[in-house]
Amino acid sequence: MPDSRGRFGVYGGRYVPETLVPALDELEGEFKKAWAEPEFRAEFSRILAEFVGRPTPITEFRRLSERTGLHVVAKREDLNHTGAHKINNALGQVLLARRMGKTRIIAETGAGQHGVATATVCALFGLKCDVYMGEEDTHRQQLNVFRMRLMGARVIPVTSGTKTLKDALNEAMRDWVTHVRDTHYIIGTAAGPHPYPEMVREFQRVIGDESRQQYLDRYGRSPDVGIACVGGGSNAIGFFAGWLADPSVQLIGVEAGGLGVSTGQHAAPLTAGSPGVLHGSMSYLMQDEHGQIVGTHSVSAGLDYPGVGAEHAYLKDSGRVHYEAATDEEALQAFHDVARLEGVIPAFESAHAFAPILKRGRFAPGTRVLVNLSGRGDKDMEMAAKLFSLQSQDPAGA
Amino acid sequence: MVRPTLDSTFRLLADRNEAALILFITGGDPSLEDLPTLIEDLVEAGADALEIGLPFSDPIADGPSIQASSQRALDRGVTPRAVLEAIGRARVDVPVVVMGYLNPMLQMGFEAFADRCQAVGVSGVIVCDLIPEEAGEWVQIAQSRGLATVFLAAPTSAADRLDAVANASCGFVYAVARTGVTGSQAEQANESERLVADLRVRTSTPIAVGFGISTPDHVAAVSRFADGAIVGSALVDRLANSGADRKDVLDWVRQLKAATHRG
Repeated sequence: MPDSRGRFGVYGGRYVPETLVPALDELEGEFKKAWAEPEFRAEFSRILAEFVGRPTPITEFRRLSERTGLHVVAKREDLNHTGAHKINNALGQVLLARRMGKTRIIAETGAGQHGVATATVCALFGLKCDVYMGEEDTHRQQLNVFRMRLMGARVIPVTSGTKTLKDALNEAMRDWVTHVRDTHYIIGTAAGPHPYPEMVREFQRVIGDESRQQYLDRYGRSPDVGIACVGGGSNAIGFFAGWLADPSVQLIGVEAGGLGVSTGQHAAPLTAGSPGVLHGSMSYLMQDEHGQIVGTHSVSAGLDYPGVGAEHAYLKDSGRVHYEAATDEEALQAFHDVARLEGVIPAFESAHAFAPILKRGRFAPGTRVLVNLSGRGDKDMEMAAKLFSLQSQDPAGA
Repeated sequence: MVRPTLDSTFRLLADRNEAALILFITGGDPSLEDLPTLIEDLVEAGADALEIGLPFSDPIADGPSIQASSQRALDRGVTPRAVLEAIGRARVDVPVVVMGYLNPMLQMGFEAFADRCQAVGVSGVIVCDLIPEEAGEWVQIAQSRGLATVFLAAPTSAADRLDAVANASCGFVYAVARTGVTGSQAEQANESERLVADLRVRTSTPIAVGFGISTPDHVAAVSRFADGAIVGSALVDRLANSGADRKDVLDWVRQLKAATHRG
C-alpha cells in the first residue's frame, strides 16, 4: 500500500492541476530512490538522533492508570525538538528537497507545529522558507508565529475562505503551482496527492517502529489498544504503521468532535463525513450535498481540517482501525487530567487521544493502552489560561 | 438546446483566419438570474465560445479574482445544478463549456452531471483537478453523452505528459500560458508559443491558450500561433466592478474579438 498510482483501495490518487504533475513525479521518484538507499536512511536517522533527540521514550502514566483502572503508557513525541512529531516528516522532506536541488521551501500550518518544524529544518540547512497560516490560527497560535519568524521563516497569513488550515493548504498549493520549478512544498500531514500520503507515513513510521520495539522490550508483549489523534492524520499513520501488522492490537483514531458531532460543529470527517476529493486526493471529507467543503470547528487548530489522509479512509472501511470523535470538552478534560496527574502538558490535539481512556467503561479494567502523545501543550497555554482561569491561584475544572 | 460543437466552431474560425475568443465567467457571479442574459450579451459582443465556472469552495488552481468570484456566488447559495439550468436558458448558438473542480461533479454523480450537461446544451467540460490518468471513468461517461473533455497542458509538462494530454483532450487542448494560478501576471508569450508548438506536433485538436491573458494585445499575440485565446480573470474583475451597465465591458470584449483576426 499504496499501489503504483498512489491508491489505498479507492482512496488517494492524484487530483491536481496538470502543472504539478511533473513535480509530483519527480518527488515520487526521488523519494523511492532515497528511501531505498541505506546512506539516506542513515543520514535521516543520524539527524533524528543528534538534532531532534530521538528515540523519544515511552512513559508509563501511573496515576492516570490508577484513576482509570487501565494500564496507560504514552509514546512521548512531545519530547522531540520543536515539541511535536511534525519534525520527523519536515526533516525527511527537506533532505529530499536538497537532493532535488530546490532552493525554496513552502509549508502550510494549522497549530503552527508543522510550520515551526519546517522553519527549523530550513534554518538548519539554510533554505528560504515561507509558511502559509490561516489568519485565525495566527491569532490562536501566536507564539508559534514568533518562533517561525525568529528562525527566519516568513509567515504569510491567509485571509481567504475560513482562514484556517484548509485555506492555508489552498494557498500553499497555489504558490507551488506558480513556483514549482525552484520550490518544494512540505505538506505537513498524511493527506494531499500521491506520493505525499505514503511519503509522510514513511517519515513518521519511526513513531510506530520505535514504540513497538520499546513496548515489547519493556513489557514482553503488545498493548491491547493503541490510540492516536487524527486531524490530517500524520502522527496516527506513523504510529499505526508500527502496529498494523499485529492483529492483537486494537487501533483507535480520535478525531476532533468539536461541540459534538450531532451539532455539525466539528472536524471529524471519518466519523461523520463522506468520500470526496479535496487537496489532491480522494478521502473522507466534511462537505455539503453539493460537494462544497464546509467549515469545521475544533478547539485544536491542528485538527481543524475538513479532510483526512487517504490511508485512514482505507483503514476505516477495512475495519482495521476504529475511528471516533472526542469533543472539545472531553479533550480539555483530558488535557487537564494528564497535566495534573502526570506532570505532562499535552497539546490540545494530543489530548484528544486520551479522551477515550477517561470514558468510564470504555475499556475493560486492566486493558493495556498505548497512547501516542504527539506534541506538547506549550503553544496552547494562552488559551488554556483563559479556559481554566489560570490567572487565579485555584484553577477551575480541577 | 442544441449548440454547435467545439470542433465545428474552431473549423469555421480557422477558415476565416481568426482565433476563437473564449470567455470565462463564474456561474452565478455577479448574478445567477442574469447569467443567461450575460452569456447572450458576451456572444453578441464577439465571444466565440464560453466557459462557465461552477463555483467551488476550494479552487486551488484559481487566483484571487476567480476565488473571490466563486465565493460570492457560493455565499449567494448558487449550486452547480442551478448554474447548469441557467446555461440552458441562454439563447446563443456558440459552444458552452463548463469549468470546475471534481468534487461537486462526484457528489452529483458523474452520470447525473453528464446528463444535465447534455440536457442544457453544454459542449464540453474542463475539470481543473483532473488529469488524464485519473479521468477514465468520467471520460467514458462524457463521451457517451457527446461531451468533450478538455485537458490542460502546462509549461512544466515533459514529453510524456504532453502525449497524455494531447491524446486525451477533446474539443480543444487548454494550453496553460505559464506556471501559476489563473489571473496572475502576463508576458511569457515565448513559453506559451513553445508549448503550443510542442502540442501541434502531437495532435490535430485545436489548441487554446489561457491564464493571464488580459488585454487585446495579449489576445493578438496568442492568436498568431494558437487556435483560441481564453480570457477569464480580467473579465471577471471587470464584471465585478461594472454594476448593472455592462456597456464598457462589452466594448472591451469587442476589442478582444477584433484582436483575434489574423489578417
